[in-house]
This record gives sequence, C-alpha cells and structure tokens, in this order.
Amino acid sequence: MLHTVNKSPFERNSLDTCLRLSKEGSAILLIEDGVIAAIKGTEQSAKIEGAVANRPVYVLGPDVKARGLSEDQVIDGVKVVDYAGFVSLAEEHGTHNAWL
Amino acid sequence: MAEYEFETEGVKKTFTFMNRKAPYGTVYALEVLETVLISAAFEQHANIVFCDDGVYQLKAGHDTADIGMKNFSPTFGIIEMEKEDADEDEDIDMNWRIIIEKESMEARGLTADDFKVEVEVLSAAELADIIDASDCVIGG
Repeated sequence: MLHTVNKSPFERNSLDTCLRLSKEGSAILLIEDGVIAAIKGTEQSAKIEGAVANRPVYVLGPDVKARGLSEDQVIDGVKVVDYAGFVSLAEEHGTHNAWL
Repeated sequence: MAEYEFETEGVKKTFTFMNRKAPYGTVYALEVLETVLISAAFEQHANIVFCDDGVYQLKAGHDTADIGMKNFSPTFGIIEMEKEDADEDEDIDMNWRIIIEKESMEARGLTADDFKVEVEVLSAAELADIIDASDCVIGG
C-alpha cells in the first residue's frame, strides 16, 4: 500500500496518524505541504528520520523546489521522485491511502 | 450522449472509510458519509473507521440547532441498521464494521459508551492491519 501525506506536520496531525495506522514496510510519499516533514533539522524531522528505518519514504521533488527548499536538505534515506516516479509508485503499490 | 456500460455485476471489494475530521467544521465528515451510503447501494464491504477528531462524529447528543446546520448524526443510526440487516440477512453479502480507534478515543477522554451507535474499539496496530488489507481506502 502507498500512503501519501499532503499536510505539513507543523499544521496537522496527518503524518502522525499515518505513521500510527500504517504497517511497517508500507511506503510513504510526501507531497504538497507534506514535503516539509522531509526536511532536515526541523522540530518535526525525527518523525521521518524514524520512519526511514522501517519503510521506504519518498518525497515529491517539484513540491520541495516550489517551496524554496532544496533536495540536499532532504533527510538521508528519503528518496526524491518526480511526477513519473509518483505514477510508478502508485502503479507498483496498487492500493493508495491519502491522509488528508 | 454516450452510453456507458459498467461491468460491475458481482464485483465485491472491501472499502475502508477513514473519518478523521470533527463534524460541522469542514465538509469532510458529510462527504465521507455520503460515500459510505453509495457503497451500500452497490452492496460493498465497508470498514467505517473513526480516528483523530473523527471520533466526535459518533458522539451522542449532537445539537446543531444554534449553528444553523443540519445535524447529520442520525444517519449513523441508519448505518447501524444497514449493518444489522446485512449481518442477519443471508441474501445480502455485505460485511460492515463500525470501528473506533482506541488511542484517538482515549486521547479525547471518551469511552465506548459515549457513542450513539455500537462500535468496535480497536488498537492502532489492529486497525493498521485492517487498513492494509482493504482493496480501497477513502480518506477524509
């Protein structure tokens, strides 16, 4: 299953709930304001740093760039994907759960 | 106008509906509820899950008279009746579960007695298995 999170962890609890209610090993893709969770050195970084230990975590590059952030600020172990990568992930995983 | 044919005869999937928002503040709760009712029309299996502030959707005693909005919580009574019909009628192949996440309920000082319908209270770990095993997850 592919889980997407599109809200900043500073604004909503979507990432927390996603991490609590998803299985270890299932993939997470951070999109839109959700990409903020993928950035190093914030008060929220520990959540994704912990998640990469037990599952694949991806972040959508265009959404990172759009917010004035750069790919080298992305937490180690988080893979940056483009739109084609997003499509591939959706295709690979079949079932998708959007945490709004 | 083009005519479409849908080959849905006999198609049966398990849908998990995630209710995560409190009622009335946004339209999420009502939209998910409508989707649940549509799934009933097609006799699909449904896990109707309430977590985070979504647990307040099932709280007994909503009184919306003073906010000028329709109190949609009686509809959950219909969902409970629908579920009971499905459980008892052998001709209806539809399995519905109304699930509250224990962690969200307890974090808000609620107990299973606070809800207007009978619910299954499941831990986050038990719920994660149910979400993962479903064919389709509708977030809201």
